[in-house]
Amino acid sequence: MKKSKFASLFLSSSLLIGILAGCGAEEGSSSEGGDTIKIGANLELSGATASYGTSEADAIDLAVEEINDAGGIDGKKIELIKVDNKSDAAEATNAAIKLTSQDKVTAIIGAATSGNSVAQVQIATDTKTPMISPSGTSTTVTVGDDGKVNPFTFRTAFIDPFQGTVAANFAANELKVKTAAVYADNASDYAKGLAASFIKDFEAAGGKIVAEESYVAKDTDFRSTLTNIKSSNPEFIFIPGYYEEVGLIVKQARELGITVPLMGADGWDSPTLVDLAGADALNNSFIITAFSSEDPDGKAKDFSEKFKEKYGKDPNSFNALGYDTVYLLKDAIERAGSTDGTKIKEAIEATDQLELVTGLYSVDENHHPIKSAVIIEYVDGAQVFKTKVNP
Amino acid sequence: MEWIQQLINGISLGSIYALIALGYTMVYGIIKLINFAHGDVFMVGSFIGFYSITVFGLGFFPALILSMAACALFGVIIERIAYKRLRNATRIAALITAIGVSLLIEYGVIYIRGAQPEAYPDVFSNRSFAFLGAQISIQSILILSVSVVLMILLQFIVHKTKTGKAMRAVSHDTEAAKLMGINVDNTISATFAIGSALAGAAGVIFGIYYTKIDPLMGVIPGVKAFVAAVLGGIGIIPGAMVGGLVLGVVETIVSALGFSLWRDAAAFVILILILIFRPSGIFGKNTREKV
Repeated sequence: MKKSKFASLFLSSSLLIGILAGCGAEEGSSSEGGDTIKIGANLELSGATASYGTSEADAIDLAVEEINDAGGIDGKKIELIKVDNKSDAAEATNAAIKLTSQDKVTAIIGAATSGNSVAQVQIATDTKTPMISPSGTSTTVTVGDDGKVNPFTFRTAFIDPFQGTVAANFAANELKVKTAAVYADNASDYAKGLAASFIKDFEAAGGKIVAEESYVAKDTDFRSTLTNIKSSNPEFIFIPGYYEEVGLIVKQARELGITVPLMGADGWDSPTLVDLAGADALNNSFIITAFSSEDPDGKAKDFSEKFKEKYGKDPNSFNALGYDTVYLLKDAIERAGSTDGTKIKEAIEATDQLELVTGLYSVDENHHPIKSAVIIEYVDGAQVFKTKVNP
Repeated sequence: MEWIQQLINGISLGSIYALIALGYTMVYGIIKLINFAHGDVFMVGSFIGFYSITVFGLGFFPALILSMAACALFGVIIERIAYKRLRNATRIAALITAIGVSLLIEYGVIYIRGAQPEAYPDVFSNRSFAFLGAQISIQSILILSVSVVLMILLQFIVHKTKTGKAMRAVSHDTEAAKLMGINVDNTISATFAIGSALAGAAGVIFGIYYTKIDPLMGVIPGVKAFVAAVLGGIGIIPGAMVGGLVLGVVETIVSALGFSLWRDAAAFVILILILIFRPSGIFGKNTREKV
């Protein structure tokens, strides 16, 4: 309570000053010499995507509290400066300007969505301030339109096509299937990207794609294509798409007597899926998520308990990603041994198999994470933790 | 035995098209109006069925009958409010009004309950049995039989009852029918009632077979049913049935051949071909223009 009052007071006054002082910003973002490390959080605390931003903010608070109670980073406490970007790209840019030029933060956490993260990239690059988006999944967050990597931008969540890789590994290594069919939404880049990476990695693992079909969003009748798929006898069907169509596909597939495992990605994750498909039909199907509160792994379990104690509810993926982002940053600052932006950036790039709540985390040359993913199985309509696939 | 399965898929889809197409064709037959709001009556019927099952806890048949009755009333109201006063207006005016009514219903429903989809409850068991290597679900058999029964009932009404006789007379020659003492307005209302009731039934069946319903669900089936009606010969009742089934089977075959993304295109290619080569449809006779 006290904290938030202080934060809002601070915010409103500094926003005013910001207009006057904005041009006087000096190069660099170092806050060396102080006994705190300033970290900015540029999040969607209000507006259309506020549920993502506030989820992450809650978990970031928890992580900062923990770190400060344990003595801070190299003896320095973290000073968290939260700014609401109102779920708006222009506001996100303004917030990034404020954080870098007035508050002179060491690093920025945020934003929750890809669009608002992209809006800060230029500021982060110009001021050499490392920026980590907890849940921006679009490739454009870290790789610019020209194909060049944005040097100071990172992310905690895996990118969309990575889920295809996870599905392929799960099918080939855990379910040990040899043949698979792919049935993708042809109208979405998300689904096409997942399908392409699944096919590539499943074939690389020695599997064979026996059928490759597609549908268009808003279709309702999938029976004829499913009959085709059935006749090619796959042992596994990968269906990247969104729950509205997937619910019907799963139901119709089971009605046609297709009993093999079905798998999708985070596009399935909605309670409506269970209504549409029916709990019975969903048995023996799997989805991928970043985090499950049922994960028995020590770190994840510990986090779930702490989170529940503080907020009285089970954490979701956004909570876990927000929490992990703080620890990812802490690890990098410790290894950099400095709060200099360029050194921290280099330290994040060198992150290798860092243990986080959402699993092991490494960074590839495009600043995309290579990390663990959680496989969830549907059992009588409920999501049950199945396994964690490590990279 | 993949082809038997595909045939069953096609006939199930086609029988839904056929039920909707009947309403189009009957209304066109009697007042020469393409009632574009018909697909939305189908949607409303589906929602009435949904709420009577989930909220009032009715079974399939009571829900079906309630939905048909409510849609019949709804169809008559649409006709009385929107189309009756345009009886002597140009056909384009009536057509534009129909499109307006269609949009009004769609967005009226969105205004009332929002645009989110709804999942139909399972009223039949999902059990299916193997027949000649094909999986046939209990649902699709019941759905097919309901469609067939409704079509037979419609034939009976049109050919064996006084209302049916009046409908045929008005369709043949409105002026002469009036002179013979037939109440033309009531006959037209009866036509709307019957056509809309069939659309309501199709809505409930669609919901059970395809599970997902939403306020814009009537658009594509409505247009497809229109194609089916033209294919069979618009204004001809058996034509709508055959047109619907043919369209359903053709779409399924197109998907089965691996061109699932071209399925919708196939329906419209059929429409174009029919309009070029046989504008009066499969069952149509080459009628002379009345002078």
